[in-house]
Amino acid sequence: MTRPTAMGDWILFICFSVVVLAMPFWLAPFGADYPDLMQKFAIFGIFAIGFNLLFGLTGYLSFGHAVFLGVGSYAAVWSFKLLTMNIVPAMIFGIIVSGVFAFLIGFISLRRSGIYFSILTLAFAQMSYNLAYSVLTPITNGETGLQLTLQDARSLDAMAGIEVTRSLPSTTLFGIKTSGLPGFYICAVVLIIAFFIAMRITRSPFGTMLRAIKSNQTRMSYTGFNTRPYLLWAFVISGMYAGLAGSLMAVTDPLAGAERMQWTASGEVVLMTILGGAGTLIGPFIGAVFIKYFENIFSSFNEQILHRFFDALPDGLENVLVSVTSLFVGEGWHLTLGLMFMIVVIFLPGGIMEGVRRIGKLFSRKPEKVVAKAVEASGAQS
Amino acid sequence: MSKKTGPTSDWSRRDVLKASAATAAISGAPMFFSRNAYGADFLNNPGDASTVTLGFNVPQSGAYADEGADELRAYKLAVKHLNGEGDGGMMNTMQPSELKGNGILGKKVEYVTGDTQTKSDAARASAKRMIEKDKAVMITGGSSSGVAIAVQGLCQEAGIIFMAGLTHSNDTTGKDKKANGFRHFFNAYMSGAALGPVLEKAYGNERNAYHLTADYTWGYTTHDSVKNTTEGLGWNTAQNVLTPVGAGDFSQYITPVLNSGADTLILNHYGKDMINSLTQAVQFGLRDKQVNGKDFVVIVPLYSRLMAQGAGDAVKGIYGSTNWHWSLQDEGSQAFVKSFGQEYGFPPSQAAHTCYVQTLLYADACERAGTFEPCEVVKSLEGHKFDGMGNGPTEYRAEDHQCFKDVLVVRGAENPTSQFDLLEVVEVTPRAQVEYAPDHEMFAGGDLGTCNNGA
Repeated sequence: MTRPTAMGDWILFICFSVVVLAMPFWLAPFGADYPDLMQKFAIFGIFAIGFNLLFGLTGYLSFGHAVFLGVGSYAAVWSFKLLTMNIVPAMIFGIIVSGVFAFLIGFISLRRSGIYFSILTLAFAQMSYNLAYSVLTPITNGETGLQLTLQDARSLDAMAGIEVTRSLPSTTLFGIKTSGLPGFYICAVVLIIAFFIAMRITRSPFGTMLRAIKSNQTRMSYTGFNTRPYLLWAFVISGMYAGLAGSLMAVTDPLAGAERMQWTASGEVVLMTILGGAGTLIGPFIGAVFIKYFENIFSSFNEQILHRFFDALPDGLENVLVSVTSLFVGEGWHLTLGLMFMIVVIFLPGGIMEGVRRIGKLFSRKPEKVVAKAVEASGAQS
Repeated sequence: MSKKTGPTSDWSRRDVLKASAATAAISGAPMFFSRNAYGADFLNNPGDASTVTLGFNVPQSGAYADEGADELRAYKLAVKHLNGEGDGGMMNTMQPSELKGNGILGKKVEYVTGDTQTKSDAARASAKRMIEKDKAVMITGGSSSGVAIAVQGLCQEAGIIFMAGLTHSNDTTGKDKKANGFRHFFNAYMSGAALGPVLEKAYGNERNAYHLTADYTWGYTTHDSVKNTTEGLGWNTAQNVLTPVGAGDFSQYITPVLNSGADTLILNHYGKDMINSLTQAVQFGLRDKQVNGKDFVVIVPLYSRLMAQGAGDAVKGIYGSTNWHWSLQDEGSQAFVKSFGQEYGFPPSQAAHTCYVQTLLYADACERAGTFEPCEVVKSLEGHKFDGMGNGPTEYRAEDHQCFKDVLVVRGAENPTSQFDLLEVVEVTPRAQVEYAPDHEMFAGGDLGTCNNGA
């Protein structure tokens, strides 16, 4: 295996940071440069990167990762309600609580591998969802979701002497409001840190161990390694990433709902990772951006907008085109996403990242041997 | 970034591509710097623009999709009327009215739509898009109280007016009321209060009621309200079973009813859930049964024509309450039914009615306030009394932003004359009978807070 160089990693990291921080500019032509969506890009990027640490490296497909997202959200909102509107304790609280949850669920689920592991995590997720939805309603407020109220204790804020007004307080980072564009930059910085840590983990001996488990767990066991602790730690770290993402969702919008834990949400992160490229460093982030973009922008197109888009064409043709394309936008965005997912899985099993690599290969003018080396290197690097 | 890479460099192809993409992004950045450099005294101030944008956030998928579709039709019709197109509908009957048919405050009304998916998260994401990207000055919509409460909270935090569409839970203007949120629709308490006397007359004072309740805020408050009323009549409450929203198959919940000894089934369900549970209850032969020497009866506290249409013959003779019905003969209702019918070819539902009225009320409040500034709009809506909108004299109570008006008790028609004439109005319960104090125990625990204009 060709070891990726530290230099290459730093370049990748810097490029990634620049692209993420410059989102408000390069997303403008796509109509996606509004804070809420960019926050979602960053938050689900963290979620997918964390998921990839488990799925991409060890090959263990968790089908219940949304639990940790939900748990992180609830923990963060409770921190807002009970302690302070400052986001730092909320994020720490979210990570710790979801880490504990991940440890418990992982401890049991990791006794099995393959499909049995997936089903176990799915079962736990569904159980947690139902608990949050209708059993633990004093903690989760059921279907309505946990919201801030004027009567909340906020003990640390009260101790600090922050005035209680009759309007709901907003989340802050030591005085900076965390909604809107500042909220995006906070999410973006956290995403960059999360990406850096994920990169270090992937490159570490621990990461190598996880990849070894993916390639052949039985052989690992025969050579004398106990793989369980490695898997459990990967699971816990991945759960903490999800918890961090969940707490950021609460930071940018202080509400936690049970549907965040539904199996569809767990499935979504699997789609993101596979669409972008499982096992690669930036693939999951790209997948997250794609899916969130489709969900928010494609679903908002209505016939009015389509008519404007096809305005230049003759009337008959315009109407035909509008009625055909309207199947794929608005409520039909799932259809578009499904088609795209099929195309990617059939023609680019390695996800969008494989497509990028193939294009890179196409434009390469290097001699065959060097190309092969470069491709291999970039494959291992990403 | 543009350092030339030699063949022996460790740069991968992709790194180079990415570096150049980033360079391009940075060099293109100044083109977008002029954006957002605009100060306003309140959020999404349309300023000198010739148009103003409203956000219509309704469920287009899920258990309440039918209601959502009808709400959207009503919103589009309201926009047409506000812009002076069509026959004007209720704008001609609304009293008092400052609407001129030239948009709102002279600005043409435009709209954006979004799918709430009947999920709080999706609804809030969609509302945020409307606020942040499309610069909507007002968000309206609903069909699930849980979603309406979540979006109302968001609008309060953001500083945008929220005109609730169909939301029937007591909490919307009770425990979870917000200064920026307003509800025209009636609520669960009013349903219970209106149904009481009618149920007493029809079914007497000795009944044993079994509740199936949708598992969220609306279901809970409807159950509480109806239970409060029926127990006041002397009825016994056998059991309350919570069912998930959008369950589809209710047979596992209906079978135990047969063996429970109850003689009355109260379905605290709405939308497709109610269609499914009622149809299945009838298919299971509940209504042909005799329990405790009495005919088994089913009650649906919140009725709508769309649901009656979906459930077909099953609704015959079943009592419920509704906010409005298209067969009402007053001038306002007639005008609305006429223009809705001309536009779409069938009469509007109660969901359509409340959404249409809310849009007009918002527009009128802006005209009276002379501005889109949310706090001024709040002031002009609080305590506002109006008439000619289909419910008789109505008041937006200042204490909780709930409209007070008459409530209709309806029954599924035995011999419908058309596919729309499925409900007959049994009684128009006067406002005084369904009114309650703002600090009534079912509505206690909330605080409007102060209005927020997002500045």
